Amino acid sequence: MDWEVKIETKLKDGILDPQGKAVKTGLKSLGYENVDSVFVGKYMEIIIKDIPKKEDVSEMVEDMCKKLLANPVIEDYKYELNKMEG
Amino acid sequence: MKAGVVTFPGSNCDHDVYNVLSKIFGFDTDLIWHQKHHLKDYDLLVLPGGFSYGDYLRSGAIARFAKIMDPVIDFALADGLVLGICNGFQILLESNLLPGAMKVNDNLKFVCKNVRLEVNNNKTTFTNHYRENEIIEMPVAHGEGNYYIDKKGLNSLIDNNQIVLRYASKSENPNGSVENIAGISNKKGNILGLMPHPERCSEDIISPGRSDGYRLFSSIAAGLKAGGEQIG
Repeated sequence: MDWEVKIETKLKDGILDPQGKAVKTGLKSLGYENVDSVFVGKYMEIIIKDIPKKEDVSEMVEDMCKKLLANPVIEDYKYELNKMEG
Repeated sequence: MKAGVVTFPGSNCDHDVYNVLSKIFGFDTDLIWHQKHHLKDYDLLVLPGGFSYGDYLRSGAIARFAKIMDPVIDFALADGLVLGICNGFQILLESNLLPGAMKVNDNLKFVCKNVRLEVNNNKTTFTNHYRENEIIEMPVAHGEGNYYIDKKGLNSLIDNNQIVLRYASKSENPNGSVENIAGISNKKGNILGLMPHPERCSEDIISPGRSDGYRLFSSIAAGLKAGGEQIG
């Protein structure tokens, strides 16, 4: 079974996000007055091949996030796993 | 005195450090390619500045898993002297050899200029040739030097006197780092990470009248010589 993994990382709540702040200023100056907050994060797609069980994929992705894809000191991560057809 | 300077793909200050260590201080210095698995016997290892692996993902995140990092981490945990400058500091953070993490600079700019620093701890192997609270000047050049650590971690750094260098004031702080932190050590004091570049202000021909980086390396060299005499 092959899997498509979609991963998002962003700075933890309470940690000032300089990029989000700058984007918010930009949106406000475009006239979007109702914009209250903006967070800029990262998005990654990973294809994983030949693993039958979803739990095993999940465990592997958790490990990837903790070790490399996110920095647990400052970032949160979340992901979704989709079975790939054929 | 033997020193090793690790070269990652994208390191660009490795030769500057090599020059200072070998030509000015007489270290027997090797440039070590990141794909090596083993280290020779060194008295000092330096992770130099630059943009290892293009700073992709996060600064230092991918370099941390270079083959050479296993023996570097073993060396550091066995109390070997390790100096991380700029990108080297970021790699030390990603390796958990030093606590905390780097964020993008608050003003989102790449800052490249001389800044004034305060020597907050002059009792370390790396800074004992400075006076306590001395104001010195060094160049910085980085886009991700906004040091972050949570409150508990910060208190631990303060309690253990691990904040070695601070930007001299809030207005001098080029990146928004907490407590104006520019450089920290581990608890034992054998690992130092700093954003400023001492290797760029260690000789008159490169930085006329500004040689405050010299004393960081002279502190290390003097400590090693003294240690050598005791043992020998």
